[in-house]
Amino acid sequence: MTASTSAATELRAEQDRGRKVAQNREKWAQGRTYISAVVILFWCLAPAYWMVVTAFRDVGYTYDTSILPTHVTLDNFKTAFDTSFGNHFGQALLNSLFIGTVVTLVSLVIGVFAAYALARLNFKFKYLVLGFILGASMFPGVALITPLFQLFTNIGWMGTYQALIIPNISFVLPLTVYTMTSFFREMPWELEESARVDGCTQGQAFRKVIMPLAAPAIFTTAILAFISSWNEFLIASQLSSDATQPVTVAIASFAGAQPNQIPYTAIMAAGTIVTIPLVILVLVFQRKIVAGLTAGAVK
Amino acid sequence: MATEVGPTSVKAPASGGAPIHHAPKGVGEDNRIATQGRWAAWLLAPTILALSVVIVYPIITAIVMSFQKDAGLDPATGLFVEGGPAGFSNYYNWIFQQCPAPDGGTVDCPPGTLGAQFWSATGTTFFFTIVTVALETVLGFWMAVIMARAFKGRSLVRAAVLVPWAIPTAVTAKLWLFIFAFEGIGNKLFNTTVLWTGSEWPARWAVIIADVWKTTPFMALLILAGLQMIPAEVYEAAKVDGASAWQRFRMITLPLVKPALMVAILFRTLDALRMFDLPYILTGGANNTTTLSILVINQIRQGFNAAAALSTITFIIIFLVAFIFVRFLGANVVEQTGAGKGKK
Repeated sequence: MTASTSAATELRAEQDRGRKVAQNREKWAQGRTYISAVVILFWCLAPAYWMVVTAFRDVGYTYDTSILPTHVTLDNFKTAFDTSFGNHFGQALLNSLFIGTVVTLVSLVIGVFAAYALARLNFKFKYLVLGFILGASMFPGVALITPLFQLFTNIGWMGTYQALIIPNISFVLPLTVYTMTSFFREMPWELEESARVDGCTQGQAFRKVIMPLAAPAIFTTAILAFISSWNEFLIASQLSSDATQPVTVAIASFAGAQPNQIPYTAIMAAGTIVTIPLVILVLVFQRKIVAGLTAGAVK
Repeated sequence: MATEVGPTSVKAPASGGAPIHHAPKGVGEDNRIATQGRWAAWLLAPTILALSVVIVYPIITAIVMSFQKDAGLDPATGLFVEGGPAGFSNYYNWIFQQCPAPDGGTVDCPPGTLGAQFWSATGTTFFFTIVTVALETVLGFWMAVIMARAFKGRSLVRAAVLVPWAIPTAVTAKLWLFIFAFEGIGNKLFNTTVLWTGSEWPARWAVIIADVWKTTPFMALLILAGLQMIPAEVYEAAKVDGASAWQRFRMITLPLVKPALMVAILFRTLDALRMFDLPYILTGGANNTTTLSILVINQIRQGFNAAAALSTITFIIIFLVAFIFVRFLGANVVEQTGAGKGKK
């Protein structure tokens, strides 16, 4: 009797110990996860934070290293928009907005049909078309720039908006098509089916049933398209003029009062202006954006 | 999943759950396919047309140009060169780093000229590609594994990784230029006095660090999406069977995440091979950070046709790398993307 009780107690003690070890291990694993999370947060956010802090720092304290904002001023933002040193940042913002909007709209309007066909219809050469569109999105910009440079020089388009918009479409359109294709494949197409049973043609079913449902997907695709156009630098750096240059070019060539001194604080202010709207947009639509970004890679 | 398309083997695409039609196989089905084919042709026409104008036409023009001589004064020798057909001489000149000589032949390009930089630019491009993609894969995998775990504040981390991704590369380059400035925070933080953009290896590492910072999130999100496709039961079962954490990672996670991982690596590799913005703004291509893309851009104003030859070479290199990935490493992008093939 006593022997069996003691055996039972021992067993219970053993189990308790086992549970404690497991709990400790769990806690330790959880702790490590948190440490890793903090490292990731620091690695991703610290440089961006440094840009914002510097943007608000007096130019005389450019290289100040205190973590918190010191010598706070808004002068850098004024300098960023100042045109007296040959910078055109304000104009560049408008240019980027204009180019990005046109490129996004054109790509969406053209791409939505292709995405529908690829996601929804059965036809020959589907994979060839898909391969062609994917190949196009992987295309090196430099392979386009040389002939376009010569062509636009010959027809007098250098420095015009259309010279910047047309090449942008070459990489935004494929991105638009394959992001939307992935989104479209996820949609409740039974509804289209019911609409057709109710007597709609395929076109009507698309317009009246599918389009409203597809709106969020199209909106997300629009954000991704706009961002990639907004970030474009290579083509714009070669084909734009002072009057039509987008913000990326304006920031890259930002000049200060002294030719040999890089006006870091003003550049950081300009960078902050360019970045903050994007970051807000991306954070607000985070889930959708991530879904759109990764749509191509997994399914 | 949509099924394969062919004249005979036809099954309804059931991507959204319900098949598009219920007609039995037969003549009606073939008609349906023909109708769908016509529809598809109309719907795809604008995209195909637009891409033909903005991509196919320039490419063909570039190839035609690359077989033409550049007319004008040769910048290296100061001699006037007539235009006209050039055969493969533009390609030859790049690959063997030859420049026109006074006697009409060619000589080795003098050091410092663009013509003498082909192989160093190719080496730099591949060096950047291999190092950044390797670092991004390892770091991205680690980030993805962390983000896949359940812990408080996970959504904060997932949001934070989007910040570097959302910042335009031109801004990223200027930001890191500032961090790597001689008096900048980089040197102060590590108590070093490195002239980061002043000599070869620091300049290269500056580009690599900035690129890894900017693009690892993209990699991490793609891998995370792949990780989330793995059902939790698989891990539970393996745990019950006594598999260690390392075994679970090697035998379950890696093979199951491999398709997504390969696509992520392919995307990043092709992107890194055309790297331009970052080194162009950060180092100006100085100190052996000139990539092939930068070399093309520098060449444009010295001669369109030679630049066209170089951009065609760049294109071929990227195409070959993509081919190797798809053919030998099993990165099946088309199947992974868009209208995936129904394998199940």
